[in-house]
Amino acid sequence: MVNKIWAFFILCGVIFCIFTGKLDILNEEILLSADTAFSMILKIFPVMALWLGIMKIAEDSGLLKKLSKQISKILKYLFPEIPKNHESLSYIASNVICNMFGLGNAATPFGLKAMQSLQKLNDKKDTASKSMITFLVLNTSGLTIIPTTILSLRILYKSTNPTAIVLPCLIATFVSTAVGLFFNYLFSRRH
Amino acid sequence: METISNLIIPCMVLFVVFYGILKKTEVYDSFVEGAKESFPMILTMFPSMLAMVFGINLLMKSGFLEFLLSFLNPFLQFLRIPIEIVTLAIMRPISGSSSLALLNTILATFHPDSFVGNLASIIQGSTDTTFYVLTLYFGSIGIKKIRYSLFAGLLADLAGILAAFIVAHFFFAP
Repeated sequence: MVNKIWAFFILCGVIFCIFTGKLDILNEEILLSADTAFSMILKIFPVMALWLGIMKIAEDSGLLKKLSKQISKILKYLFPEIPKNHESLSYIASNVICNMFGLGNAATPFGLKAMQSLQKLNDKKDTASKSMITFLVLNTSGLTIIPTTILSLRILYKSTNPTAIVLPCLIATFVSTAVGLFFNYLFSRRH
Repeated sequence: METISNLIIPCMVLFVVFYGILKKTEVYDSFVEGAKESFPMILTMFPSMLAMVFGINLLMKSGFLEFLLSFLNPFLQFLRIPIEIVTLAIMRPISGSSSLALLNTILATFHPDSFVGNLASIIQGSTDTTFYVLTLYFGSIGIKKIRYSLFAGLLADLAGILAAFIVAHFFFAP
């Protein structure tokens, strides 16, 4: 999928530039892109490092574990098919917590583990189970409290108030998760 | 409202460090250890960022999208939605790095404090890449029949984007 989209970007961009006679822009853009990408990564890097540092404190002090225990109490209601004290609930909780704190990369291994243990409960191994889909919706709706990469980009382009978007983001992401879960519930009852 | 937004991060930092001290964690050492983890992360991120910035910039600067969306223009102008926002909303569920590259272009063109800049930031922050998560998670355990998951995921994305619009109008009236 990504391969096709990327090729589409490049082909359309280049062909359209040639046809409309914007060759100077084309040449400039080809050389400039690497520079743009590099300055982006340079800006994301320090904020990310800082946040990963803070989050490591939360991990080492047991705060993340404690939070995920609390979260799994709520998750029980979203996943009625999962038996009590099943390992998958704690993996799901860790994944949700990591996503919330903007630790996307740390969240993925937990997510994969959660899927594996949900697969153990699944009767039809090639078909997604109810719980799997609920977990997926929870994940793709992107419940994030600290959008670190967005904040760094806003700093890069000299925003006078980079954190002004934190609360709006929180509201929008909450709506997205709630609506996703609502439709998920509706669909799962129909199937 | 802005004060609440600006308070969330400092409060979290304060809470995490305070809790760490309370639990007798070596907070400084933990912080340094955690910050180290950013090196491998950035190194894996850079190649895909480069690829996407390259692709997105070629497409955006060529004017192809403007051409393609030009027949939608009267409608968009009526709603006062820039084309860049529409593109971002379409790309957001498909690819994380390409939507980030798009956000970069938008913030560079418009100022981050402008309405469009703020709106784009909120859209980027409101949802995650549905297609990527779906492929990765279901692929890892060999699920072939995904049933209603894609539909539910995309509806969540749509809700997030609509919510971003409304919230942006409320917080940063154009």
